Amino acid sequence: MKKLVILGAGTAGTMVANKLSHMLDLNEWKITIVDQDETHYYQPGFLFIPFGIYGPNDVIKPKRDFIPAGVEMVMSEIELIEPDKNQVKLVKDGRVLPYDFLIVATGTTPRPDETPGLHNGEWRKSIHDFYTFEGANALAKHLRTWDGGRLVVNIVDLPYKCPVAPLEFIFLADWYFHKMGIRHKVDLTLATPLPGAFTKPRAAKLLGNILEEKNIKVVPDFLIERVEPDKNVIVSYEEEEVPYDLLVTVPLNMGADVIGRSGLGDDLNYVPVDKGNFLSTKHDNIFALGDAANLPTSKAGSVAHFAAEVFVENFMRYIDGLEMNHEFDGHANCYIESGFGKGILIDFNYDVEPLPGKFPLPGIGPFSLLQESEMNHWGKMMFRWIYWNVLLKGKEMPITAQMSMAGKWA
Amino acid sequence: MPTKEIAGKTIEVDAEGFMANPNDWSKDIAEALAEEIGIAPLTEGHWKVIEFSRNDFSATGEAPTLRRITKQAGVPTKELYKLFPKGPAKKVALVSGLGKPTGCI
Ligand SMILES: Cc1cc2nc3c(=O)[nH]c(=O)nc-3n(C[C@H](O)[C@H](O)[C@H](O)COP(=O)(O)OP(=O)(O)OC[C@H]3O[C@@H](n4cnc5c(N)ncnc54)[C@H](O)[C@@H]3O)c2cc1C
Repeated sequence: MKKLVILGAGTAGTMVANKLSHMLDLNEWKITIVDQDETHYYQPGFLFIPFGIYGPNDVIKPKRDFIPAGVEMVMSEIELIEPDKNQVKLVKDGRVLPYDFLIVATGTTPRPDETPGLHNGEWRKSIHDFYTFEGANALAKHLRTWDGGRLVVNIVDLPYKCPVAPLEFIFLADWYFHKMGIRHKVDLTLATPLPGAFTKPRAAKLLGNILEEKNIKVVPDFLIERVEPDKNVIVSYEEEEVPYDLLVTVPLNMGADVIGRSGLGDDLNYVPVDKGNFLSTKHDNIFALGDAANLPTSKAGSVAHFAAEVFVENFMRYIDGLEMNHEFDGHANCYIESGFGKGILIDFNYDVEPLPGKFPLPGIGPFSLLQESEMNHWGKMMFRWIYWNVLLKGKEMPITAQMSMAGKWA
Repeated sequence: MPTKEIAGKTIEVDAEGFMANPNDWSKDIAEALAEEIGIAPLTEGHWKVIEFSRNDFSATGEAPTLRRITKQAGVPTKELYKLFPKGPAKKVALVSGLGKPTGCI
């Protein structure tokens, strides 16, 4: 029997396990997937929890419900990957998993410890995050009784997953405080290391305009060095200070420590891979998918989805000694919730920035691109159902992995 | 590709003035670019960063991030902001003759 081991049963690992369980001959292949956590979190839903739009139960389901029959699921922390021995050591029972091929899909997590002053006595008091399940729920509780002041959203550093989430958070905060009748008592500021609202020029312009319309301040080029929780300020490397009453941080994101320990990662524990086919640049039987890889595109579920489609086609050729002839183009497709029941849709890849136009989606669309609409908001809300019922199960979606220029105004 | 006169040579650059070909670079060019962005003269501190960045680029094919320079070359981020004020990542890449860093997002 040949052995395929998948590390991480999050968005990417689960999708690939489902697809490959149908494509590989299970009389010849044994597929094993490992994760330390019983619960699958719908992370895009974390955004809605602080504002009471979703509750905790809307974003969790047991991981096992999504692992297909014929795939062995092992619940354990991963201790070490040993590429030279083609094996993985698990924490639980000291079990060792040998492999012929390894797929690393261990994602990325927020690390508040990496910024001095962030993860101290004020954590979950005047300093909050919404990138974790616990953080989003604690913030929901805090906002219920918060009566206004200076709310600062700070992005610590690049790259971080779902690049638009901090903007969506601040758009929704604007809407939420209006609804609560205290918007006039709230000062909203986004302090970001980027030169503007977003990196890609046309999207940055549109999003910048929306921020201005909503009276949200932007402090650009702000790279945080430390928090001074006693003085309620965040301080940049250039000693610029931004005062807050409530700090909502997007902490430094890093890949899993086991990647670093195993010598497989870069400075932030991301696995260097070929950006077209996800093969490790160091080992010819290791691939990295989803947020765990160092791809120069957004770390997002939609990217993981398009990447998974390209990956499985290539993998079926690679194991037979054929050349990998499908090339990933970095396709990303993100709904941006903009508040008051509206949203924006952006669609882009490694080379093409988000452009305005219409996004044709057979049977449902079209959605308007780079423009606010109610339809786009419904797209975002529908995404949760699609995620649980279509995406994770590895079923076909009516969107191609390759980005298309159809409907876009170049 | 637009071209530009730098230190008496005609050099290919992109729309924002980043050199198209890292092999066209020389120390004189670095001094001239430093002059243009107002950080001349280049000191020992600058050269340490520039040399690290060029070596790292030839190994990885990418201009290093600030985090990487700090970790690997041992130059504190704060120091990088003093040497290359206002957007050090871009300025390091510019003076080192590397392409614009990919703000991966
Ligand atoms: C607030 C927020 C909003 C978002 N919004 C969107 C959105 O609107 N659209 C979108 O496309 N994406 C969005 N995303 C991003 C999306 O959720 C991620 O990009 C996606 O889940 C990445 O999938 P993954 O499989 O790479 O990682 P994950 O789904 O995070 O899975 C990684 C898995 O690895 C496991 N693991 C890690 N280390 C170990 C170890 N040592 N031992 C055992 N197991 C381990 C973890 O338990 C986890 O289950 C959002 C994310 C956040 C936080």
